[in-house]
Amino acid sequence: MIKMTSSVGEKEKFVLVRQNLEEAEKIEKKSISFWGDAFYRFRQNKLAMFCVFLLLVLVAMAIFVPWFSKYDYDTNDLMNTNQPPSAKHWFGTDDLGRDVFVRTWVGARISLTIGVVAALIDLLIGVVWGGIAGYKGGRVDEVMMRIADILNGIPYLLVIILFMVVFGQELWTMILAMTVTGWINMARIVRGQVLQLKNQEFVLAARTLGASFSRILFKHVIPNAMGPILVTLTLTIPSAIFTEAFLSFLGLGLNPPLASWGTMANEGLPALEYYPWRLFFPATFICLTMFALNVIGDGLRDAIDPRLRK
Amino acid sequence: MEKILEIKDLEVKFHTQSGTVHALRGVNFHLNKGETLALVGESGSGKSVTAQAIMKLLPTPPAEITKGQIILDGEDIVPKTEKQMEKIRGNVVSMIFQDPMTSLNPTMRVGRQIDELIMKNEKVSRQEAKRRAIELLDMVGIPNAASRYNQYPHQFSGGMRQRVMIAIAVAARPKLLIADEPTTALDVTIQAQILELMKRLKEKLETSIIFITHDLGVVANMADRVAVMYAGQIVEIGTSDEIFYDPRHPYTWGLLSSMPSLDANDGEELHAIPGSPPDLTKPPVGDAFARRSPYALQIDFEKEPPMFQVSETHFVKSWLLHPNAPKVEPPKIVQQRRRVLPGTFEHPVLVEGGL
Amino acid sequence: MLKYILRRLASILLTLFVIVTITFFLMRIAPGNPFTSEKRLPPEIEANLNAHYGLDQPWYKQYAQYLVKVATWDFGPSFKYKGQTVNDLIADGFPVSLYLGLEALFIAVFFGILLGVFAAVRQNSWVDYSSMSLAVIGISVPSFIMAAVLQYIFAIKLQWFPIATWGSFKHTILPALALAMMPLAYIARLTRSTMLEVLNNDYIKTAKSKGFSERVIVYRHALRNSLLPVISYLGPLTANIITGSFVIEKIFGIPGLGAHFVQSITNRDYTVIMGVTTFYSIILLLAVLLVDIVYGLIDPRIKVSAKEGV
Repeated sequence: MIKMTSSVGEKEKFVLVRQNLEEAEKIEKKSISFWGDAFYRFRQNKLAMFCVFLLLVLVAMAIFVPWFSKYDYDTNDLMNTNQPPSAKHWFGTDDLGRDVFVRTWVGARISLTIGVVAALIDLLIGVVWGGIAGYKGGRVDEVMMRIADILNGIPYLLVIILFMVVFGQELWTMILAMTVTGWINMARIVRGQVLQLKNQEFVLAARTLGASFSRILFKHVIPNAMGPILVTLTLTIPSAIFTEAFLSFLGLGLNPPLASWGTMANEGLPALEYYPWRLFFPATFICLTMFALNVIGDGLRDAIDPRLRK
Repeated sequence: MEKILEIKDLEVKFHTQSGTVHALRGVNFHLNKGETLALVGESGSGKSVTAQAIMKLLPTPPAEITKGQIILDGEDIVPKTEKQMEKIRGNVVSMIFQDPMTSLNPTMRVGRQIDELIMKNEKVSRQEAKRRAIELLDMVGIPNAASRYNQYPHQFSGGMRQRVMIAIAVAARPKLLIADEPTTALDVTIQAQILELMKRLKEKLETSIIFITHDLGVVANMADRVAVMYAGQIVEIGTSDEIFYDPRHPYTWGLLSSMPSLDANDGEELHAIPGSPPDLTKPPVGDAFARRSPYALQIDFEKEPPMFQVSETHFVKSWLLHPNAPKVEPPKIVQQRRRVLPGTFEHPVLVEGGL
Repeated sequence: MLKYILRRLASILLTLFVIVTITFFLMRIAPGNPFTSEKRLPPEIEANLNAHYGLDQPWYKQYAQYLVKVATWDFGPSFKYKGQTVNDLIADGFPVSLYLGLEALFIAVFFGILLGVFAAVRQNSWVDYSSMSLAVIGISVPSFIMAAVLQYIFAIKLQWFPIATWGSFKHTILPALALAMMPLAYIARLTRSTMLEVLNNDYIKTAKSKGFSERVIVYRHALRNSLLPVISYLGPLTANIITGSFVIEKIFGIPGLGAHFVQSITNRDYTVIMGVTTFYSIILLLAVLLVDIVYGLIDPRIKVSAKEGV
């Protein structure tokens, strides 16, 4: 047993303290909104932030280089064909003496445009289709998803190939071809999200207040599903860029002198052994863009749902 | 009485991105052979952390045992390596988890999940292990044990799955069984059955049990002794009777008076404990519960209270037991139930710490 | 189980019907007919050819005839290669492509899973970071670019492997690697993230509490549960390898079905295009069916619910 000692002045400490215990109920930390939280987490991801920067640089170059370059993308210079990279032609020249550097950035415009536009169209169709199917449920859902399933059974690339063969190799046919079955993935994601959300209380509340079907769908449900939608959108773009390059390699790319990265790479292939830069530069930018978009898509996914994080 | 488990001054910290969480801030208790000790407290009090620490199941990148000893069956396991712990787990000590729906491997047959434990610990043939497994399934009350042996977890109901978990936990005849809220996820009627089962098994196999729960009703049913945890420390520990009939800590009073009881007098209000548990990345100075207690003293906000001993088996960590402290009355509900128990000291005795 | 298979087969037939119909009509609207690239033919000869190939019939008769022929596995003659039927071309090229495809599949699945498991088990170590970085690069580099790069480095520069054509096992390595790279990376990432999720599950804690070592827990408990998404991916993987083969075979000069298909596109050889498209579709749909059956076998929860009619 330890002897207790008390020092002078301690006795006063043993008095009851009046506390306002309702104060204790107040929540301590500042609450952050969902998106604020997500963007904060995204900013922590250094690699993803770097890739955003990289993409912005690529887009800027695609916009500005062709304006300021002294060469045009289709200027032939038959005295200087297949020159390796030099001070005069930073990326070298191709078999018609055209400057590969400026062609790369014109190609960037085309490839990026194809990627973004195709992805946006997929988004539009997918959101509407999946949104309606998910929200209506029942018969409507069954039928809509059945159609999607059957269309999905048709191999994506085969459809595109057939499309290009039939309708010609123009910019718009390519974009259209990609969206014919490309929307299905987005529709599935949206439908899944809508199914999850439609039974939640805020939807019930909106309905009791008399909101119409489309209003609920587009003003309440879809904004809450934006997370996975955004991630899917970000990951669709590299897929579209890939498809465009792939088609070019099959000879179904855009017609010359119009050049995307894919067609440039395809033209550079036979010359691989002796003039590798003609394949190398467009191929590198294809990979860089896909890489950057993949990383950003990953980063968004992690930022939105931390449970899925590494 | 021989001690099967002794925990001394245990401190556990979690290193997270938002700071270091002081999950356990000096936990002391022991368990005697053949006893059932109930560990009670709110979520976040540290009950599960304590349980997992005893088996060293805490994931050690974020978690760290920064101080203290865990003496299991005579040996301190804190310095032991993973390899050494693998021999101890399942064998000397085993655990039953809270959620039976997710605690079993969905793609592995139930019998196999019992077999593998038996075969790990003893050199027996597959057939022998199977026989023992079926015996165990029978012992925990699963009908048609022999055919159930080949089934998958999703073919069992929640209560059945928990029985399987119990069978697994006792398969290697552990000396210590830790049950982490085993009935929380089950219906009330199933709860009763599971508790009965555990009591029977305990007698049959002579296991010591640590029973973690937030439900005092379960405690009354099962426990010899009770330890009350708050904010990573044990604030009161005593026999079941002592805790129910002569509790001394304001937190225990709060728990007891927030318990709905079938024989409560009409018109008695339930008291919820106001506020919420403290943020353990910045552990509060002094007595952690004072901020939520109507009985707080000035000194509670300055110095951490020492342990006072109220009887051979009853200890309380509160300044209210200090001779200088004013006399306070616990809430009505607690007063109504109060009895003077034999063995209580006249005056509480200071055990450690001091002014 | 049997009922399920029959239902699926019916669905496959429906999809095939849609595919055959679509390809047929697409080929009909495609510009030019198979003989336009040849020199101008005198009208009688052209009429003869048309009659011979049934091109002078009204479209619905042609359609009906085509459906019947497909049902009896007769895809008709090639317009370009006189004396050869589409079946001949398929029989000629498919074994080669099959060999290449299976080799790539094996590499992708085996090494992908291995890499994914290692990365998950050694989470946040240098093994994890480096293999996952490689994996992101892997999914960003299109297979044909990978093919060109591999060809350039290992065949042209280092001369370790033959540059092209088909003959010995050595000829198969570079193309198989090029085909397998992207799927390998994808499977590695998928395995890793699934395994991390699985390792966080309660039943893993149970296994740990039984005192099992990490190796036992990973290989006996976690692995089987982690493979489920990978198995699901095998369907799209097959599609990926098939379409990848189009370009890879072209780059490496391999006489497989993919190369024939690409050639037929350039030639506008419509019967070949239609026939090979249908053939590929059948393979894909069967592959997906097979995958679903295997999945049902591995995951006991699915099997039972199928039995109970859910």
